[in-house]
Amino acid sequence: MSGDHHGPTSFWSKYVFSLDHKVIGMQYMFTGMFMAIIGGYFAYAFRMQLAFPGQEVPGYGIVTSHDYNSLVTNHGTIMIFWVAMPVLIAALGNFLIPLMIGADDMVFPRLNRLSYQIFLVSAIILIASFFVQGGGFGGAWTSYPPLSSNPEYNLTPLGAPLWLTAVALEIVAFLLGGINFLTTVMNARTKGMKMYDIPMVVWMIIIATLLFMASVGPLVAGAVMLLFDQTLNTSFFSVDGGDPLLWQHLFWFFGHPEVYVVLLPAMGIVCEIITTFSRKKLFGYKEILYMTFATGILSFFVWAHHQFVAGIDPRMATVFSITTLLISIPIGVLCFCFIATLWGGSITFSVPMLWALAFIGEFLLGGVTGIYLGSSGTDIFFHDTTFVVAHFHYTFFPIAIIGTFAGITYWFPKMFGRMMDETLGKVHFWGTIIPFNCLFIPLFLLGMGGQHRRIYNYENFPDLAGPEMQNMRIFATLSLVALLAFQLPFLYNLFRSMFRGEKAEKNPWKANTLEWVAPSPPPHGNFGHQFPEVFRGPYEFSHPDREDDFWPQSEPGPRGEIKEH
Amino acid sequence: MIQWFLPQASSFAGDVDFLFLLITLVVGFWFILTELVFFGLMVVYQKREGKKAEYITGDGHEKHWIHVPHWIVIVCDVFLIVGAIMVWNKIKIDMPEKIDATIKVIGQQWAWTFVHPGPDGDINTEEDNIITIDELHVQKGLTYKFDLSSKDVLHNFSVPVFRLKQDAVPGRTISGWFKPTKTGTFDIQCAEMCGTAHGIMNAFLHIEDAENHENWMKQYQALAHK
Repeated sequence: MSGDHHGPTSFWSKYVFSLDHKVIGMQYMFTGMFMAIIGGYFAYAFRMQLAFPGQEVPGYGIVTSHDYNSLVTNHGTIMIFWVAMPVLIAALGNFLIPLMIGADDMVFPRLNRLSYQIFLVSAIILIASFFVQGGGFGGAWTSYPPLSSNPEYNLTPLGAPLWLTAVALEIVAFLLGGINFLTTVMNARTKGMKMYDIPMVVWMIIIATLLFMASVGPLVAGAVMLLFDQTLNTSFFSVDGGDPLLWQHLFWFFGHPEVYVVLLPAMGIVCEIITTFSRKKLFGYKEILYMTFATGILSFFVWAHHQFVAGIDPRMATVFSITTLLISIPIGVLCFCFIATLWGGSITFSVPMLWALAFIGEFLLGGVTGIYLGSSGTDIFFHDTTFVVAHFHYTFFPIAIIGTFAGITYWFPKMFGRMMDETLGKVHFWGTIIPFNCLFIPLFLLGMGGQHRRIYNYENFPDLAGPEMQNMRIFATLSLVALLAFQLPFLYNLFRSMFRGEKAEKNPWKANTLEWVAPSPPPHGNFGHQFPEVFRGPYEFSHPDREDDFWPQSEPGPRGEIKEH
Repeated sequence: MIQWFLPQASSFAGDVDFLFLLITLVVGFWFILTELVFFGLMVVYQKREGKKAEYITGDGHEKHWIHVPHWIVIVCDVFLIVGAIMVWNKIKIDMPEKIDATIKVIGQQWAWTFVHPGPDGDINTEEDNIITIDELHVQKGLTYKFDLSSKDVLHNFSVPVFRLKQDAVPGRTISGWFKPTKTGTFDIQCAEMCGTAHGIMNAFLHIEDAENHENWMKQYQALAHK
C-alpha cells in the first residue's frame, strides 16, 4: 500500500459512486437521518391519534385503524433497520474503523459501495410500499404469520411483500458491510496495534458484526419462506402443512441478538467519550471486552422470552427466564465499569460527554425494567402492554438516538473539520432528554394499568378509557411533539457548523486514538504519506510519568503501562 | 403495586403482583444505588484547575469494586428466578386438581366467541351450551379451565384483571385456567396484532355471584326458546 493517494475529482465519483470509506459512511449517515425523520413523523401521527382519537392530525389527516397499524409497524421497522443500524454500525463503523486502526481505507472498497447501494435500494422499496394499493404493511414489525403471510388476513397484498423484500435487502447490505468490517480489522491494522490496543468502539462494532452475521441466517431463510408464502401460496408458516410458530423462532433467534448488535456500538462510543472527557483510562478494558463477548454469546440463548405466552411449551419458559436474567450480569458489569471510569477523573461536561453520560443514566432504567419482562411470571401480565414499549424505548432510544448524537457531536470535528456550536448543542441535549423521559414514563404506568400495544383507539376499552389514563396519553404525546421540535436546533447546528463552524484542529478533544492524528477532515487515504505506528493502548490518560494528561497511541515511546496487583 | 392501577380479580393476580413488588424492591435498590453513585461521581470529580485525574487501570485490587456487586447481582438473580418460576408454574403449568367448569374461547378477525357449559355445567353436552360473542360470563369462586383456539390468525386472550394472557394459535388448542374472585364487569382484550380491526377487538368479562350467574343462564335460555 502506498500512502500517495490522488482522490477522485468529479462530483459523481467523489460523492455518489465513491469508494472512500468516509464518503460511504456519510452516505449511510445522511440516509439514516432522512429515514429517522420519516420514522419520527410516523410516531407523531400515531401518537396524535392516541391523544386525540378520531380527530384530524395536523400534517397527516385522519388516522384510520388500517393507517395506524401501518404507521406503528413501519415506525418500528424504520427505526431499527434504517436508522439504528445504518447510523450506528454502518456510518460510524465505516468512518471510524480505518481511521482508528490506522488504515487508508476498508480492504474491500467496492463491496463497501455495493453494500450502500443495496441499502439505498432497500430504503426506496420500503418507502414505495407506503404508496401501493392497500397501503403499507401493518402486521407489526415482527410480522407474525398467518397474518403476514396471507393477504386475505392482512389486506395489504402489495405492502407486505414489499416490506419483507426491503428488510431482506437491508440485511444483505449489512452482511456485505460486515464481511468488510471483520476483514479490515483483522488484516489492515497498522504496525504495532495489538489486540488490546484496539479502541473499544472498534471492538464493539466487530463483536456486533459477529453477532449479526451469526444470527441473521435463520432470518434470511425465514424471510424467503415467508415471501414464498405471500406470493407463491406455499405453506411454510400456514396451519395446513406448516407452523406459524416456526417464524417466531426464526425471527427472534435473530431479533434478540439484534438488540445487542445495535447496543454494543453505542456502548463503544460511550467508552471513547467518557475516557476522553474524564481524562481517565478506561476502567477494566479486558473486563469490558470479555463481558461483551459473554453478553454476545448469552444473547443467542434468550430469544424465546419474547414467546413466553405464544403457545410454546410452557416448561421452556423456565429455561429462557434463567438465561434472560443471567444476561443482567455481564451487562451490569459493563455499566459498573463505565461508571467506575468516572472515579478519580477530571470531568468536563461538553456536549458529547453529556450525551454519553445520558446514555448510561437512561439505559440503566431500560436495563432494570427488562427484569420484569424476562421473569416469566410477571411477563404473563406485561406481555404486549405499553410497559414493554416503554422498556425497549428506554434501551433503544439511548442506543439509537442518544448514542448517535454522542457519536456525531464527538467526531463531527473529524468528519467536517469544524466545531459544532456548544450552546445550541446543550439546548438540543436538554430539549431531547427531558421530553424523552416525560414521553415514556407515562407508558410504564399505562402498561401497569393494563394498556396493551398497537391499539388505535382506547375508547373501546372501558377499563382503559378513563380520564386519568387519557391525560397520561395526552401528556406523552405533547412530550413527543416537544422532543421532535427540539431536533430543529440540532439540524440547524449540524448544517450551519458544517460550513460556518469554527475550524477544528487535528485533535480538538486531546484524545489518544489514531483518528486524531489524521488531518480534520482526513483526506482521501486518511494519513497522507505515512501510516501512524502504535506504541501503546488507546486510553493512557493522565499517566503519572507525563506532564500532559493524554498520550497519543502514535507517539513514539514506552508502552507506559503500570502493572497493579 | 399493579393493584393500585388495576383490581385483582383472579386467585393468582396477587401472586403476579407480589412478584412485581419483589422485583421492584430488588431492582429498585440497585437502580437507585447505581444512579446515586453515578451522579455522585459526576459531582465530586468535576474538572478543577491544576488537578490532574488519577491513573486507575481497573486491573488491580480496585477490581473488587466491580466484582463484589457482580456477585451480589448473581444472588439477586437467583431470588428473582425462583420467584418468577414459582408464579409461572402456578399459572401456566400446574392445572388445579378440581375443575368446576370448562369454557371454550375462540378468536377470529375480529371477535371473541365464548362457549359456556350451560346449566348442567358440562361443555360436552352441546344442547344446553351457551354461545356468546364478545361477552364472557363466569361465576365467582369457581375454577375454570379454558380451551383457547383461533380460526384465522394469532390472537391473544388477555384479561388484565386476571393478570392472564395466552396467545391463540390457529390449528392448536391451548388450555389454561383461572378462578375469578371478584364480581364486576371488566375488559377482555386481544393482545396480539391481528389485522385492521385489532384495535377494537374487545370483549367483556362478567364475573357474577352464583345467583346472578344462574339468572343470566335462565334469561339466555328464555331468549333462546322464544
